[in-house]
Amino acid sequence: MPRKETLAYAAALIALALAPAYISPYELSLLGRFLAMSILALGVALVWGNGGILSLGQGLFFGLGGYALAMHLKLAALDPGDLPDFMQWSGLDHLPWLWVPFRSSAFSLAAVLVVPAAVAGALAWLVFHRRVGGVYFAIITQALVLAFTTFVISQQPYTGGFNGLTDFGQVFGFDLGDPETQLGLYWVTLAILAIAFTFVRWLLATQFGKLLRAMRDGENRVRFLGYDPVPYKVFAFAVAGGLAGIAGALFTLHVGVISPAMAGVVPSIEMIVWVAVGGRESLAGAIAGTLLVNFGKDWISSLMPELWLYAMGAMFVLVVTVLPEGLAGFLRYLMPDETRTIQPKGVAIGVPVSAAAKVIEKKPGPTF
Amino acid sequence: MSEYGLLAGQLFNGISVGSILLLAALGLALSFGLMKVINMAHGEMLMMGGYFAYLTIQVAPRGTGFVLALIVSFAGAAFFGAFLELVLIRRLYGRPLDTLLATWGVSLILQQAARSLFGPIGVEVTAPAWLAGSLTVGSGPLVGFSLSLVRLFIIALSALVLAGVAMFIARTRVGLLVRAVHQDRDMAEALGVNTRLVDLVVFALGTGVAGLAGSALALISSVTPTVGQSYIVYAFLVVIVGGLGSLTGTALAALMVGLFSAGAQIFTSVSTSDVLLLISVIAFIQFRPRGIVSVRSRALEEA
Repeated sequence: MPRKETLAYAAALIALALAPAYISPYELSLLGRFLAMSILALGVALVWGNGGILSLGQGLFFGLGGYALAMHLKLAALDPGDLPDFMQWSGLDHLPWLWVPFRSSAFSLAAVLVVPAAVAGALAWLVFHRRVGGVYFAIITQALVLAFTTFVISQQPYTGGFNGLTDFGQVFGFDLGDPETQLGLYWVTLAILAIAFTFVRWLLATQFGKLLRAMRDGENRVRFLGYDPVPYKVFAFAVAGGLAGIAGALFTLHVGVISPAMAGVVPSIEMIVWVAVGGRESLAGAIAGTLLVNFGKDWISSLMPELWLYAMGAMFVLVVTVLPEGLAGFLRYLMPDETRTIQPKGVAIGVPVSAAAKVIEKKPGPTF
Repeated sequence: MSEYGLLAGQLFNGISVGSILLLAALGLALSFGLMKVINMAHGEMLMMGGYFAYLTIQVAPRGTGFVLALIVSFAGAAFFGAFLELVLIRRLYGRPLDTLLATWGVSLILQQAARSLFGPIGVEVTAPAWLAGSLTVGSGPLVGFSLSLVRLFIIALSALVLAGVAMFIARTRVGLLVRAVHQDRDMAEALGVNTRLVDLVVFALGTGVAGLAGSALALISSVTPTVGQSYIVYAFLVVIVGGLGSLTGTALAALMVGLFSAGAQIFTSVSTSDVLLLISVIAFIQFRPRGIVSVRSRALEEA
């Protein structure tokens, strides 16, 4: 990693860590929530920007992570033998089996990561091993998230239905309403984001990352080189699922509620916009895009609620047609960086990597 | 109602749901097969057709209203589709995932526009007098089984549209060009076919059929800004199950999905049947990844 970049990331981290000192508590609560969401955006940048896999169903994994933690918080707030409020209203007399393991905090914390990652991995394997991909995958993930939300809403006695799970009170002994807890939560979120960022960055720098990008640009060529793309794509998608799960759990803590509406079809699409605006390939862009789009949403919605959907629709169209590499691509265009150019190897010299890749792409080999 | 009557009723429901899905999915399948483009705003063409029907009936002279509404909704949606293809989709050629995102943006804008213009609550289109009422079986094993005329009309309409589109593709000069581009775009281009124009025509035809579906749908449920969203995911599933750009496949898949939902709803709730449907589709692509009818090709890079 070039030194200049490392310094820039460290500076950004310090600026964010000190944020509580110079922004209002309301802004801080928004920032914390959006930082949690940008953990999910890192996963999208990994699978979509670098793997070419578009998922319109990240809300599913976000929701699974959120629900896994929320179920534990709901149970932890109870006296032994008691049932969560919505179950009593629906007339259940004992805890459903699915809920029982969530009494354990260790199990729940593991489930936040493992359940979404496992579901994501299984889905990816089922689809990719039959060489189905591209728009098919996008549509299947969208249908899946729709099925998930309708199912959760319909199973009111077991899931809390449309209202979701809320009213937690305490989290591992800390009072959620306490400003001190909120501050701690902010720093925990930031720390997890930093770890996730470093992890994905490392992952992309390895052989694995290189192959992932190669599969995005020409899956069959990678096959001809003797690699099986399926495990790579499955692993990448599972990582993205796990990151979405962590984001969902942290989001639930920040907001104090998780409901199907937060994991539905439209939020799942919004997640793609965050990354598209920031620059789909760039991890820093994914975080910046998430913050920008969400603060923008907060601002526009408070001015004129109906304007937001127009703004988001226009953002989709504009980013895709005018700025396909998002803000990160725009910055790179303004400040060309000599470390990202290709050295002479038969390809145009001095062209940024992405542009060179397009040059190569324009000359497809023979189809037979 | 007798047990057979109930079963027959559910069968009829399944066919009628399937026929609406067919109308909704036909355009999707055509443009996906031809251009490898997924139009996420396709559901909004349905919605637009519904509103066109509503507006036409407001102004049209009595008696001609609904027939006129069908024509207006087809033409209106087709024009909008052509416009969309010219200004947006054409620019994103060869980037299917980006097209998907851009058209989703268009669909958000259209939904919000409908909300601003007509309000969030739906508008009603009343069926003309000649479609009110139903046929009821009075005796025999199917006693109590009733066929509503509106639903019969929708089934007939979609059969007619399917036949029309099939004839158009199999028998006309333009249809010949469509088939040529579908089989080998580069070769067709080399022989002087204006492939962009063919794309435009097929796309407009597809959105027009969706508009028609919207006006037919308006007869059985109210037209809301989000009516397209509730059908579009199923229409996509139909395209996946049906296979790329095959009319037969799309028709069979629409019928299968419609019958599956109606059949599953005998035993479970609507939401459970949705989940079951999705699981079945994922299971289905395990052994037929290219759909019911797959076009054989030796090309390596095919979607």
